[in-house]
Amino acid sequence: MALIKCEDVTLGYENITLAEHVNWEVNEGEYWCIIGQNGAGKSTLMKTILGLRKPLRGNIVIGDGLKGGGIGYLPQQTQAQRDFPASVYEIVMSGFQGRAGLRPFYTKEEKKEAIGNLKKMGIEDLKDRSYKELSGGQQQRVLLARALCATGKILLLDEPVAGLDPQMTEEMYELIKKLNEEEGIVIVMITHDLEASSRYAGKILKVEEDGVSIL
Amino acid sequence: MSELLTYLQYPFVRYAVIAVVLMSLCASLLGVTLVLKRFSYIGDGLSHVAFGIIALAAVLNISGNMFFVMPVTVLCAILLLKGGKNTAVRGDAAIAMVSVSALAIGYLLMNVFSKSANLSGDVCSTLFGSTSIITMTKADVTLCAIASAGVLVFFIVFYNKIFAVTFDEDFSEACGTRPEAYNLMFACVIAVIVVIAMNLVGSLLISALIVFPALSAMRVFRSFKAVTVCAAVAAVGCALAGTLASIVLGTPVGATVVASNIVCYLIFTAAGKIRG
Repeated sequence: MALIKCEDVTLGYENITLAEHVNWEVNEGEYWCIIGQNGAGKSTLMKTILGLRKPLRGNIVIGDGLKGGGIGYLPQQTQAQRDFPASVYEIVMSGFQGRAGLRPFYTKEEKKEAIGNLKKMGIEDLKDRSYKELSGGQQQRVLLARALCATGKILLLDEPVAGLDPQMTEEMYELIKKLNEEEGIVIVMITHDLEASSRYAGKILKVEEDGVSIL
Repeated sequence: MSELLTYLQYPFVRYAVIAVVLMSLCASLLGVTLVLKRFSYIGDGLSHVAFGIIALAAVLNISGNMFFVMPVTVLCAILLLKGGKNTAVRGDAAIAMVSVSALAIGYLLMNVFSKSANLSGDVCSTLFGSTSIITMTKADVTLCAIASAGVLVFFIVFYNKIFAVTFDEDFSEACGTRPEAYNLMFACVIAVIVVIAMNLVGSLLISALIVFPALSAMRVFRSFKAVTVCAAVAAVGCALAGTLASIVLGTPVGATVVASNIVCYLIFTAAGKIRG
């Protein structure tokens, strides 16, 4: 069974229609890049899959085990986050909020897992540092570690390399590739970087006004 | 010092101190999130709304007007905090519009219909906090205590969720948390605190209790937990210092508490600079 399946979905918000007739399937082990013009609906597609928006028409079927917060999401950073007082550890722990449900506190296992995810991202030593004092690349690793706490199966990444310098960009791509190859985590990544998409992604989805095409 | 101890022997003085401390504590806890969510002015807006509603209640001769003022203020809080989406007038503009409208209409109503001989005195005490703080009854203090206990429980039980939703609403929603529900609860709690605290420091000064402790704490600390704890401690300290000073010096309670918060902010700013 597909992890995510879009059945004749029309994307948009309020009275603006973006891409129509989106038929698309994401399966185990895959690495997708989503490309397209600004405003074509890439982020909207991602938000619709996550349930942050309703599709204007059509159905999105989410596979068992991913329902109710089993998808790891790395959103674009907001302005407010750049001067938010929060430690790296606090942010990574918030990845467990879906699993915790109404339980007010996090468990020992979750704390251990969070440290493990920090290690995977190579930022264990930043644990007690303040998020706003980190470099752009380090901040993205923190958000990636948080997304890993929410899922072991699939990551949806909205422009994870936006604003990073070439070296950090390359490191980020390598990190994501490692997660896909070594941990079998499905990657769906929005990017403007055509060259990197063809280098890393197994499959590319192009979002346009009249729908999507698979390259 | 001995003068202070003499004053503290009177129960009504003790009530006033307890009430100001509790309300400052609650306001500071909520303030951390409000400042970070860019909603610093919501307390100001809501207290003006409450001012308008109190005026209306007085005109309508509704006795025990707390039961009228509270629900309407809660409703306004919900509308203002939800206001981000699907409204013609957004965020800060909506707060500005609603708050000045309520202020103007409230004052109008009081002028046209008031039977009081000392209208400007009434208005002044609603805006800047009244001497009624000294006439607080045991029932008033009990109400303060119950409300504060409620806020503390809400804050501790949902602490992790409040942090998560404040830091990243989209991520929270993708995780299956419902940020709308938390925003709604938050709006209700703020409205309740604003209405109660209004009687203490007045409707123009309530914002200070909400924003100052959080801003002071953010000058020095860099993690959410440290900022929250520090804001709470600073708020209680300023409330105590301010109220006691006002008793000894005979100054207005609300204004003195706010002044001590300003001093605290300046000290924290200096400390933050030194810490680098």
